[in-house]
Order: sequence, then C-alpha cells, then structure tokens
Amino acid sequence: MAVSTASTLTQTPIPQVVAHEVPRPTRNWVDWLTTTDHKKIGIMYLVLTFAFFGVGGVEALLIRLQLAVPDNTLLDFKTYNQLITMHGTTMVFLFVVPVMAGFGNYFVPLMIGARDMAFPKLNALSFWMLAAGGAVFYASIFFNPPECGWTCYVPLSSKDYLPNGGVDAWIFLVHLTGIGSLVGSVNFYVTIANMRAPGMTWSRLPLFCWTILTYSVLLILALPAIAAAVTLLLTDRHFGTNFYDPAEGGSPLLWQHLFWFFGHPEVYIMVLPGFGIISEVLPIFARKPIFGYKAIAASTLTIAFLGLMVWAHHMFTTPSPSVVLVFFMVSSMLISIPTGIKIFSWIGTLWRGTIVFRTPLLFAVGFLGTFLIGGITGVFLAIYPVDWQLHDTYFVVAHFHYVLMGGAVFAVFSGLYYWFPKMTGRMMDEKLGKISFWTMLIGFHTTFLVQHSIGLDGMPRRIPEYADVGHLGLYNLISTIGAFILGVGILVTAINALRSLKHGPVAGPDPWKANTLEWFTQSPPPKNNFDAVPRVRSVEPMKDIRAEIERRTNEPDPVSA
Amino acid sequence: MRRSNRIPHLSRAAVLASASAIALAVLLTLLLAGPAHASFWAPQHGGSPNADRIHTLYSIIMVIAVIIFVAVEGALFYALWKFRMRPGAKAEQLHGNTRLEIGWTAGAAAIVLVIGIVTFIMLPGIRNPDDSDADGWQIPASYQTAKDPGLLPPNGKSLNIDVNGQQYAWRFVYPDGDNDRQNNVTAYEEMVVPTGTTVTLDVRSSDVAHSWWIPKLGGKADALPGYTNHTWFKIPRGKEGVYTGNCAELCGRNHANMTARVRAITPEQFTQWLARQKAAIEAAGRGAQQYRAQQAQNDQRSQQGDASQPSGEPVPSPSTVPNDATSPAAQR
Ligand code: HEM
Ligand SMILES: [Cu+2]
Ligand SMILES: [Cu+2]
Repeated sequence: MAVSTASTLTQTPIPQVVAHEVPRPTRNWVDWLTTTDHKKIGIMYLVLTFAFFGVGGVEALLIRLQLAVPDNTLLDFKTYNQLITMHGTTMVFLFVVPVMAGFGNYFVPLMIGARDMAFPKLNALSFWMLAAGGAVFYASIFFNPPECGWTCYVPLSSKDYLPNGGVDAWIFLVHLTGIGSLVGSVNFYVTIANMRAPGMTWSRLPLFCWTILTYSVLLILALPAIAAAVTLLLTDRHFGTNFYDPAEGGSPLLWQHLFWFFGHPEVYIMVLPGFGIISEVLPIFARKPIFGYKAIAASTLTIAFLGLMVWAHHMFTTPSPSVVLVFFMVSSMLISIPTGIKIFSWIGTLWRGTIVFRTPLLFAVGFLGTFLIGGITGVFLAIYPVDWQLHDTYFVVAHFHYVLMGGAVFAVFSGLYYWFPKMTGRMMDEKLGKISFWTMLIGFHTTFLVQHSIGLDGMPRRIPEYADVGHLGLYNLISTIGAFILGVGILVTAINALRSLKHGPVAGPDPWKANTLEWFTQSPPPKNNFDAVPRVRSVEPMKDIRAEIERRTNEPDPVSA
Repeated sequence: MRRSNRIPHLSRAAVLASASAIALAVLLTLLLAGPAHASFWAPQHGGSPNADRIHTLYSIIMVIAVIIFVAVEGALFYALWKFRMRPGAKAEQLHGNTRLEIGWTAGAAAIVLVIGIVTFIMLPGIRNPDDSDADGWQIPASYQTAKDPGLLPPNGKSLNIDVNGQQYAWRFVYPDGDNDRQNNVTAYEEMVVPTGTTVTLDVRSSDVAHSWWIPKLGGKADALPGYTNHTWFKIPRGKEGVYTGNCAELCGRNHANMTARVRAITPEQFTQWLARQKAAIEAAGRGAQQYRAQQAQNDQRSQQGDASQPSGEPVPSPSTVPNDATSPAAQR
C-alpha cells in the first residue's frame, strides 16, 4: 500500500495503513508466567483488570436488578451487602487503579524511548501481587465475603459485628494490592525520572507520562495510611488491641481519617491517568497540538497536591469541629479551579482543529461531556451544609459514577481503541466501536442521571429495599434499564477486541499519525522496543520525524545552507 | 485495506447523533419523571428552616452550575460541529495562549469565590438553631442541660432530645428537668415533637455507626459510638404531621429497615402527650413497687407455709402498663 506524503497530512484520512506481517504473540505460557518484559506484563495487567471489570459489572447488574422495583425480594440482605462490597472493592482496587498501571506499564517506556522499566523483576512482582490480592479476596466467596461496603467502616467491620473471615480477606486484598502498587509506583517514578530518551526534558515529557508520574507519587504518599488503617483493624480483630473501640479509649473516627486520607487521593489516582489518555488522544484526532501543555501538566500537579488535603470532605456528617469542616470545604472547592483549566484546555485543543471522528475520539469526547457533570456535582458535595442533605444518598452514587464510570472508564476505553493497534498490530473495528460508544453513552446517562434525583428524593445508598414513596419506583426502574443498556455497550467492545485480535485490519507502525515515540516502532513492538532511539527535539517527536522524512523525500539533492 | 483508509463521512452525523442521544436520555428522564416531582431538582425541604435554607443554597448553586454546564457543553459541541474534518480544512497549529489561559483561571477562581461567599452568608442560619416561636411550646427553665451554648438557640431554650441509634432502631429520651435519667419519657422509632418549637438533638450510638436523617427536617448527623453529634429542627405551626426518614449509614443487614419518624403535634397536644407519658411512667413505677411489695408478701407467706393460697387482687406487672411508646423494631 502506498504511504501518502506528509504534505497532504491534514487531508489524509487516518489511519495510515502500512501492511506488514503481524508477529503472533507467543503461546508458551511459561514465557508469560516468568516474563519481565514490560509489554507482556502490561498485557497481563490489562487482561486481568478487564476480567475483573466484567466480574464487577455482573455484580453491578445484580445490584440494579434487586433495586429495579420497590420491596424486591430477589436477593436477601446479606447477599446484597456482600455484593455492594465486592462491586466497590473490585472496581476500585482490582479494576480502575491497576488498569491504569497496565497502560502505564505498556506505554511509559515506549513513550519515553526506553527499552524497559527501571526494575523489570519488581515490575513482574507488582503484577503478581495484584493477582494474589484478587485471588485472596475472591476466595472469600467460598466462605463469607465482607458485608461492610468498600469503606469497611468500624465498628461494623470489627470482630464483634463481622466475626467471619470476609473482612480479613478484604484486609489482605488491601495489603497485597497495596504492596503491588507501591512497588509499581517506585518503578514508574524511577523509570520516568532516569530513562527518558536523549533530548526528552521534563517539558517534553508526554502528558500521559506526567499523569502516571503523579499517580505514582500519590500512591506512594497515600498507601501507607490505608496500610496502617487495615493493620490496626487486623490487630483489633485478632490480637486484642482496641484502636477503634471507644469503650477502651479507641476511636472509630480514626478509621475514617486514615481510610479517607488514602481514599480521596485514590479518586485522583483513578482519574488522573485518564486525564493523561485524553490529553494524548484529543490532539491526534483534532490534528492540532495540545492546547496549553504546561497548564495541563501544572494543573495535574496542583490537583494531586490539593487532592491530598481534602480527605475529610467524606466526613462532613460526623461530629467534627466547625473549623475542620470549613477547611475541608474550602480546599475541596479549590480543586475545581485546576480541573476547570484542564477542561478549557481540552476544548481549546479541539478549537480550530480538523476533528476526525474515530472511536478513540468519541470516547474522549464522551469523557469530557460526562466528567464535567461529575465535577459540577462535586461542588455541591464540597459545600458541607448541602452535603448534609446529599451525603450517603444516591446523589453521591450518581456523582462518583459520573467521575469513575463516565470519567475514568470512558478514558480507559478511549485508550483501548487508541492503543490496541500498537499492542496487537491490528485495528479494532470502527463500526462496532461506534455502536459500543453510543450504547454506552445512552446507557450510562440513563442509569446515572436519574440517580441524582433518587438521592434528592431521600433514598440512602446501600439499601436493598425501598418503599415506593415519591417516584422512587419509577426512577429506579429507569436506572436499572439504563444499566443493562450500558452492559450491552461494554459487551460490544469486548467482542470487538476479541474479534479484532484475529480479523482486524493490519495497523502498521503509526496508523493514527500520532505524536509520541511509541508510534516510532513496529506494532507490536519488538522485544527491545526500538532499533535506535531518535533524539527528541519537541513535545511531538513523531511530527519532527515525519517532517524530516518529508524534507528528505522532497529534496533529493542535498542543498547547502 | 483500502476501506479502512477512507474516512467515513460520519462527522456531521456523529455530532448530530451525539447531541440528540444525550438530549434523548435527558429528555426521557425529564418527561418520565421530572416536572411531576419537585424533589427531582433539589433536596427535600418544607419541614424546618434549616432544611429550607439548605434548599435555597442548593438552588443558588444549581443556577450557577446550570449556566456553567450549558456554557461548557455548548462550547464543546460547537467546537465538535464547527471544526469537524472537512476536505481542505487545515488545523491551526497553535500551542496555547497565555492571556486566554490566565483569563479562564481567573474566571474559575471568581466563580468559586462567589459560591464561597454565598455559602458563608447562608451557613450560620443552617448551623445555628433559631429561637422557638412565641406560640410554641413553653420549655420549662429546668429543662436546660449544660451544653455548649453555641449549639443552643440564642435564648438558650430548646427541647433537647437525646437520640440514640442502635441496630436497628432509634431511641428518643426526653428531658424532664432533673438530672437523673431514670424516669425520663422515652420513645422508640417515633419522635413526638411540638410545632413552633426548636428541637435540638444530641445524636449518639450504642453499637455501630448510624446516621440520623429526616430529609424534610434538614441535614443528617452521624451517630458514632463514643461521640455526640448535634443537629436541630423547628417544624412551623400549621405543618403538623408525620415526617419520615431512613438511617443513612450502612449499619448492618437491616440498615434499609432502620427508619425514623417524627410526629409533629401542636404545643397543646404535646403538653397533654407529655403528661400522659409521665403518668404512664409513674403508673409503671407504682405498679413495679406494688409488684415488689406483693412479691415480698408472697415470699413471707410461703415461708409461713401458706403458699397454696394466692391472695389479693392481681397486680399489673410493669410490662402491661399502657404506654404510647412502641416497642423497638429490633425485637420484631
Ligand atoms: C458498569 C456499570 C456500573 C453500574 C450499573 C454500577 C452500579 C452500582 C450500584 C447500583 C451501586 C450500589 C449503590 C449502593 O447501593 O450504595 C454501586 C456502588 C459502587 N460502585 Fe458501581 N456501578 C458500575 C460501575 C462502576 C465502576 C466502573 C466503578 C469504578 C470505580 C464503580 C464503583 C462503585 C463503588 C466504589 C461503589 C460503592 C460500593 C459501596 O457502597 O461500598 N462502579 N455501583
Ligand atoms: Cu442504622
Ligand atoms: Cu443504617
């Protein structure tokens, strides 16, 4: 096939396809189990976390089925509580956080022009810790999964109220995945700090790498808090300590502070890499440089810094001094400023571009439109007198699903469609991709928009039954129908990915005419990533390389300057 | 191969479809549910000034939020529409614009500042209890408990009820002017209060965490073991009736069924209700005394070998004394 010349760049349809053989992935499973290649580990991360996404999704549908009609008796109260706990835990600890590490593992070394991560063996360790954590947690379905929600508040999670092993399995999940993330974070940090290609200064680091760096720093700072929290819970449960027991001088508020000191940064840990993906995808499909690179990188750091200072906004209804409430209200409201800067910069990137509507872009735009709503409802929750009405209701459930499902997951899907050709050498199907996007978008808004009203109408979260007061019956039915539409949309992408592995059109090294270095090498990249690493001269090294090639082809005779 | 090289001429259709899909989802929800019900848009209110003020604050922010939402989504969709790929179009290779960026940072900061100012203006009215109305229930001076004055109305007078969460019911203890908590009026599940009167609540828990919440009467207050939380409400005269709510913190398997009820009655009715409760407690106390005396007599008699002869009138046992208070749900 012909490679078009770069002079028609903006008019050239993408993808640019260059046919070549696609090397088949090895089928030798010992290779996979013992690998330290960041690309294989990245793939294993992605496969495992998407599997957990499926499991968590089925749990979500069961929860929604139970809530479809008032006073439903499909599930008993015990099973229901176990399901919300497993759904929340799975989505947070086993899907959104590690899926970002999966993309990070695969693409950070490629984007910075390195041959592997700094510590390849520790990298493998991170993955196996995650797998072990997931295995320990899901083993509990054979005895008694925990019933305390993913926040496992004491005293409910103490031995007096939940004596069986489910909570312990949860504690070990937090420990194991925590160690995995911590090791992985140190690895990311060292890799990005030390192994960048020649010429890639900090101000030329791809934005996705900036967000993975921030993700790592946040994990390193926040994980010790949750590690401490669950260790104290473990000794309370089994060794007779009383850290959380007020009758013995302990405090249940201590748990909440420690948990949310981790838990709030965790939210940014989940969405920041998503921001990074969006910042990579938008400029490519608008055929324009990212608008305000420095502002986006700086706002990422600002959000991370402020994100560490707002944890107690999850605790506005607890008995806390007014000055505490005011401090956390103000710091939470401040976060909307850097977030606003990001959103404006993204729209600025689209402005005066020539926007090509391929599936990665659709998901990125879906992210933008949806995340905005999640961000705005966050302001309502940050204002503590208003939060007194909204806290622990379906308004909150709607808010965090707008952020996590509409934000992080849409970004992840954008990244999946965008990078699939690099990882597999084949394109995903465009038609199925579009069908999946529209189904997901409609399903998503139908599910979660109305949940704001369910909460405003007075329905608390984490209840398996509700009376049909107000319009709760109708609202909940709409929400459940939406959840199933959403589920179908996700399924279409799953089918698309599996089918395209074999039948997708061959992608070639740079199907999107993208800007970053991962597109400089073959798809999928060879074991050592690059034959030679080019010198980086701007934020968009591939553009420079293409310009260089154009210059050479157009000027066959050497011209003296 | 050739096909995948073609750009599908979907851009216009895609933008149209996107706008209409979101509009459809929103419209469907609105049509099916929205206007029919006020609480579709804002939290419930109408039972207490603090709930009303939260509602006002929420509504102000909602207006600002809608403006921002329309502006930003509008800019987004306009950009998608206007700058969609067309043959011959060239993307402007622009890296940023410092003035513009400083401008929208300042704009965002200004909006946050406005919201903050509005909040701080509204805050005292939501947090601090109002005085009771003149025609409210006259709270005896002896009812005052030594509390942080900041948690009481300006004149220091409120009906201060102790709210205790337990799996899975609320227990309400009314003050009675003396400091011994033995014979206070107590109720489960349903709190009876006079209208026009400020009611302050001391919220506690004796097992796991719960959260006290009656949406129409204002925000929630978590009940944490080892702590006392505070909130208040004042149901206006003329709004007598029953207000309901649900425990809002996961407290175990029966969390969904841990309901709470506040029955508002006129101050006159409340005086009578309180007297009835007091009388019932006294009767129960007397009954218990009689019962114990009778027992003592019986014991004496049986020691004298006269146990075969039951004597005297049957004495009511304490548990059969009539009492308005319902039994805790936990015993169901
Ligand atoms: C696939 C579509 C999804 C649906 C239909 C769904 C639905 C639900 C429902 C019905 C609840 C229970 C709310 C309650 O009773 O309190 C819930 C809770 C939750 N969901 Fe999702 N969810 C979905 C995806 C996600 C994703 C992607 C995340 C990502 C992090 C997530 C995170 C959570 C969390 C953290 C909770 C709280 C669990 C708890 O209360 O302990 N969900 N979800
Ligand atoms: Cu409760
Ligand atoms: Cu509860």
